[in-house]
Amino acid sequence: MSTYVGDAADAPKFQTAAKKLVGDTQVRYNVKRATGVIRKKRAKVVDEMPDWEQLRESGHQIKQHVLRHLDFYLEQFETACTAAGGTVHWARDADEANTIIVGLVKAQQAKEVIKVKTMTSDEIRLNKALEAAGITPFETDLADLIVQLGEDKPSHIVVPALHRNRSEIRQIFLDKMNLTELGEQPEDLAGAARLYLREKFLRVPVAISGANFAIAETGSVCVVESEGNGRMCVSLPRVLISLIGIEKIIPTFQDLEVYLQTLPRSATGERMNPYNSIWTGVTPEDGPQEFHVVLLDNGRTKVLADREARETLDCIRCGACLNACPVYKQTGGHAYGSIYGGPIGAILTPQLQSMEHSQTLPYASSLCGACYEVCPVKINIPEILVHLRNKVVERGDAPWEERMAMKAAAYVLESPEHMERARKLGRIGQIPFAKNGVIHHLPGGLDAWTGVRDLPAIPKESFRDWWAKRETERAL
Amino acid sequence: MSSARNEILERIRDATGGTTPGREADYAAVPRNYVRQGSLSQEAKLELLVDRLHDYGATVFHARDGEVDSAVAAALRSRGKVSLLIPRDLPRAWMPDGFHFFREGTSYQEVDLSEGVLTDCALAIASTGSIVLRHSAGAARRALTLIPDYHLCVIFAAQVVETVPEGIEQMKAFAGVPITTIAGPSATADIEMIRVKGVHGPRTLDVILVA
Amino acid sequence: MQISLFITCYNDTLFPQTGKAVVAVLEKLGHPVEFRPAQTCCGQMHYNTGYQKEALPMMQHFLEVFRGAEVVCIPSSSCVAMIRDHYPKMAEASGDASLKRAVKNMLPRIFEFTELLVDKLEVTDVGAFFPHTVALHPSCHSLRSLKLGDRPAKLLGSVRGLTLVDLPDAEECCGFGGTFAVKNADVSAAMLSDKVRCLLNSGAEICAAVDNSCLMHIGGALSRQRAGVRVVHLAEILASQGSQRMMAE
Repeated sequence: MSTYVGDAADAPKFQTAAKKLVGDTQVRYNVKRATGVIRKKRAKVVDEMPDWEQLRESGHQIKQHVLRHLDFYLEQFETACTAAGGTVHWARDADEANTIIVGLVKAQQAKEVIKVKTMTSDEIRLNKALEAAGITPFETDLADLIVQLGEDKPSHIVVPALHRNRSEIRQIFLDKMNLTELGEQPEDLAGAARLYLREKFLRVPVAISGANFAIAETGSVCVVESEGNGRMCVSLPRVLISLIGIEKIIPTFQDLEVYLQTLPRSATGERMNPYNSIWTGVTPEDGPQEFHVVLLDNGRTKVLADREARETLDCIRCGACLNACPVYKQTGGHAYGSIYGGPIGAILTPQLQSMEHSQTLPYASSLCGACYEVCPVKINIPEILVHLRNKVVERGDAPWEERMAMKAAAYVLESPEHMERARKLGRIGQIPFAKNGVIHHLPGGLDAWTGVRDLPAIPKESFRDWWAKRETERAL
Repeated sequence: MSSARNEILERIRDATGGTTPGREADYAAVPRNYVRQGSLSQEAKLELLVDRLHDYGATVFHARDGEVDSAVAAALRSRGKVSLLIPRDLPRAWMPDGFHFFREGTSYQEVDLSEGVLTDCALAIASTGSIVLRHSAGAARRALTLIPDYHLCVIFAAQVVETVPEGIEQMKAFAGVPITTIAGPSATADIEMIRVKGVHGPRTLDVILVA
Repeated sequence: MQISLFITCYNDTLFPQTGKAVVAVLEKLGHPVEFRPAQTCCGQMHYNTGYQKEALPMMQHFLEVFRGAEVVCIPSSSCVAMIRDHYPKMAEASGDASLKRAVKNMLPRIFEFTELLVDKLEVTDVGAFFPHTVALHPSCHSLRSLKLGDRPAKLLGSVRGLTLVDLPDAEECCGFGGTFAVKNADVSAAMLSDKVRCLLNSGAEICAAVDNSCLMHIGGALSRQRAGVRVVHLAEILASQGSQRMMAE
């Protein structure tokens, strides 16, 4: 089984990566600013919707319904798409998907492909597989282009280059696009990207896309975007390959009426994003004459099987949870070591890997619930985070010091007598450290607290001591 | 291939128990308490659409029925253009004298060299300022509305709905052909979250609203 | 009505003054308070850190201790959230029908302190006097799980002499998050830094909240930085009759 999520299995622990990023003032500044802007925009267009909560509820219920009947809807999609001239392939895992796609590209004798944003392709490391087969992939999303040229990694679901500011981007373009001069304004940078990519759009015969929604009823595929590179990729080349996770299915065309309202508002804070492309199979004289869908499992059926965590698959990849998350705000996406970062990444990444890797991600959260509040399909992320923490512990993968400490704490909290004994021990133990009721420093692992904050010393009299004394005095 | 298909379907059935005869009822039971029908008057609806179009930088030319060609001429003059590509079935009556209209050629490079394109639309959604293009035979194929830098689009008042659900309801009827929805010229906010207009796709969008 | 107090494990040990304040306020309003000494912990820390197995006996003990109580008052919104949001699930998972019944029976009797005052006792003015400038930090559990809304602000609004100021970005998590504060100390510190900055910008002398967990974390930074701002649990403000907190007699 070669199920993997990019390089997440080799990524450092969240705490380790986060420590470094928390110290990177440029990243923190960029991320804080960018997420602040988008949160304001989202709030404005959501607040004007009187039926926002109803849309969220429907969005949630539709997805839950699809997952309950996923076998039916996948088959329905396959039948409809095939009838319209498309070809549907099935890939059990990342390697199988790569083999299929590389084979399809090779069958065209193509040495280049243009790609429109698809995180799923990062998940399966498609670009690496293409390059190994002598095929050059060109990313056409501006942010993905920035990341690709910068030989970097994406740090956000919707705005992958959020961790870069304009000067950094300008430098990347100057270096990699062979330009002698380039303005500093975002318009100049976007203009450079337009020219660089345009000739590829008009020439390269094979494109690879993902999909936001795959409609079972009609066999249609929908791509939601802003820049126009999606339209370019799905309608100009001769051959189109769409890599689609099996959870992207929605039952009917009608259901778009929910998601096309909630996705743009949640993702980019717009009432509607500039372009949506919807197509079904192959259309004579218009667009690709060969259309392939690669349906991808790569661990999704595992998530499906866990009833408590199944709604992880409801995700429509809007990124609102990343923008709302106070943890993400301090670290950016790279801390999660996965193409899927932020709150959704913290639950999706380890689950796709059968909880064997990325085990620190479910702990990368203070459980504040801001993500759940903004999720357009009402995924209860905090609940699932706790559920996954329990899985990590049950597997025996919790750090042994923590297990010992939690066992000891459970013993202490078992009875008032144990609590009192521990309290007395604490009162004695704190003597060297407590001054005027404040502890400034504790040794060893306990310095995780005192390294940053003071701690109140344990008062002489506990509440129950005081109560017991008062009861005694009253009885007299 | 089919063994992958069978295995995935089997995994799904193991995970969920598989689909049941109650599926349709289950689907029908999904609550849909969001707004579906609009409530604005025709006038207010058109005003809203114009407002949204202006919001994303489209210029709106107003025309009465039968005067589409004059509006086309006005738009072209305002942009300093003398020619446009057109789809096969564009009404002759829309094309004013003194300008050139070319039925599109077949190469992308030809389309790239054009001054712009003139099309109709399938419908428009006022609440979001969306224009819906239906790429069926005779109407503009996708490349035609994508490659040129200028898009002039004719919308009739009767084609305007208020809400997204109303729009989708109409789109259902032609769901089998390629559909493009447009809500503004292409844009990106990938650079410091600052919105920049015009990456790919037509950078200028003009609308003729026929009421 | 007799009110049974669940002091919570950490308040009992570290913040007894909050418990004393709760008792003072309730007795002043004419309600006798009982304290069942067998009480320990709601199990939240273990449950949230992934040790659900260890949390189960704590839940059973809690239900046992408070059986028959008319009303249980808890001056900690995170503990209330634990009970409301997770006790039903834990009972369900245990498969024990009597446990499920016990939880179902207990839930309507559980009140966070401000819920008790405003909803059950229908009082917002407890006759307090606290002449200080206060900013209210809405802890995440109180904001999103319990949805306390304006109850805390209403109560503070009736305190004589108190000036309530806006806390910028109030709804942002302070970064405590239970064991998160030590497991992810760097990020916790970064979040705390933002919260402290907002607090200092508010011009408040005092940061109040309904949870001592957040206050311990925020207060720890304020103390470390010698910031000149301190933290006080809302109950202690409501028990105050002057610029010094008054303890229950």
